[in-house]
Amino acid sequence: MLMKKVFTRHEKGSVFRKQILDEINNLGVDSLGIVAIISVFMGAVVAIQTAHNITSAWVPSYTVGFTTRESIILEFSNTIICLILAGKVGSRIASEIGTMRVTEQIDALEIMGINSANYLILPKIVAAILIFPVLVVISMFLGVLGGWFAAAWLNVVTVTNYYEGITLDFIPFEIFYSVFKTIIFAFIITSVSGYYGYYTDGGALEVGQSSTKAVVISSILIILFNLIITQVMLG
Amino acid sequence: MIETRHISKGFNDRMVITDINVAFDRGKTNLIIGPSGSGKTVLMKCIVGLLDVDDGQILFDNRMFTGMSFLEKKVIRQEIGMMFQGGALFDSMTVEENVMFPLTMFTKKSLEEKRDRVNFCLKRVNLENVNNLFPAEISGGMKKRVAIARAISMNPSYLFCDEPNSGLDPKTSIVIDNLISEITQEYQMTTVINTHDMNSVIEIGDKIAFIYNGKLWWVGDKHEILDTDNEELNSFVYATELTRRLKK
Repeated sequence: MLMKKVFTRHEKGSVFRKQILDEINNLGVDSLGIVAIISVFMGAVVAIQTAHNITSAWVPSYTVGFTTRESIILEFSNTIICLILAGKVGSRIASEIGTMRVTEQIDALEIMGINSANYLILPKIVAAILIFPVLVVISMFLGVLGGWFAAAWLNVVTVTNYYEGITLDFIPFEIFYSVFKTIIFAFIITSVSGYYGYYTDGGALEVGQSSTKAVVISSILIILFNLIITQVMLG
Repeated sequence: MIETRHISKGFNDRMVITDINVAFDRGKTNLIIGPSGSGKTVLMKCIVGLLDVDDGQILFDNRMFTGMSFLEKKVIRQEIGMMFQGGALFDSMTVEENVMFPLTMFTKKSLEEKRDRVNFCLKRVNLENVNNLFPAEISGGMKKRVAIARAISMNPSYLFCDEPNSGLDPKTSIVIDNLISEITQEYQMTTVINTHDMNSVIEIGDKIAFIYNGKLWWVGDKHEILDTDNEELNSFVYATELTRRLKK
């Protein structure tokens, strides 16, 4: 029902475009810092752990770079980053819309004749679908770079071996798979959080509860859809 | 004129308002009064369409509001201005953006024209040099005035105010009451105010509807209310020591 309301009766186009730009800034650009930090460190950790687990001399050294790249592209940059975004962005959306509900700001929009669900939720969905893949691609690059830092500074493997690994047997479809998953996760995070925020009823306590529910349900759905999409696209 | 015909509304098998028949006149400040929990807010929310009535009809100048589609209601809603109890100003927008918001959404005015209108409305509610402040940076009384400015920015035919004086000191309350009354007469709006502030009743109550236990108990004006022999209304009007002394 809510999604039907979200996707119907658009308000003014110029206002909608401005809202999308604002939301790209709020949901995406503001998350760049945390995404960058986590990606670099996670890339480095994956490289170190992979090197640590390679005990056989028969396993080539470039495996560290190869495994780091695959882990980052296939799973870390889309699923883990989106789980983090579910916490950061999801709680923000649910608490923002929930507060608007309990302070009658949504009622004020409705009385003006504005489709409040469309006005508040659709720009967030569109913005997240546009900006989350960008964040994920940046995360992939920084994750692989993190592994390179580990190789160069911590002598996990040689930089040459690491470079050989990250360029070995590269399959572009994996980027598409990762971006596709991110788009689905972006939709899940924004729509679930929008739903819980929009239907908040009560006061400050309920806003907090909506925010928590939004994060928990988004995270569970991300894990579930991760499995489904992976089985369908790679299984 | 706004008319309600036999409207009823309940939640979970509990009726909150029952069979309300009342007409609110143009150019007058119409007050809905009653004790807390009597159904005033539900009645107002039904009239403005935030809640769907279970039974009955609501008419805005003989236009049947109940049963209209979203788009049909949208036309009438653009003629409605509403001031909420807490102001309901958009936190993320400045005062200017708040007042400008309906103009941005529903008109094709240039930025200059919109600014002129915003400044006119803010001046009308005696607010100046607050355009760039955020709602969190202004006082409760100022928030109410900004809410009034936003409500009148589109030149509405109908103005609704939910508890306009709640949380305000008596002096500021009078300022807000007089402002609403002046604007009502100036623009010949149909104004409906939901209140339990007896000061407002005596000051600006051109027409008063007393709701008790979800039913319309009494209708009159600010002069008649003081001499009524309606027992429930009297216990509401003369609930405080001050009003009892004044009556004596």
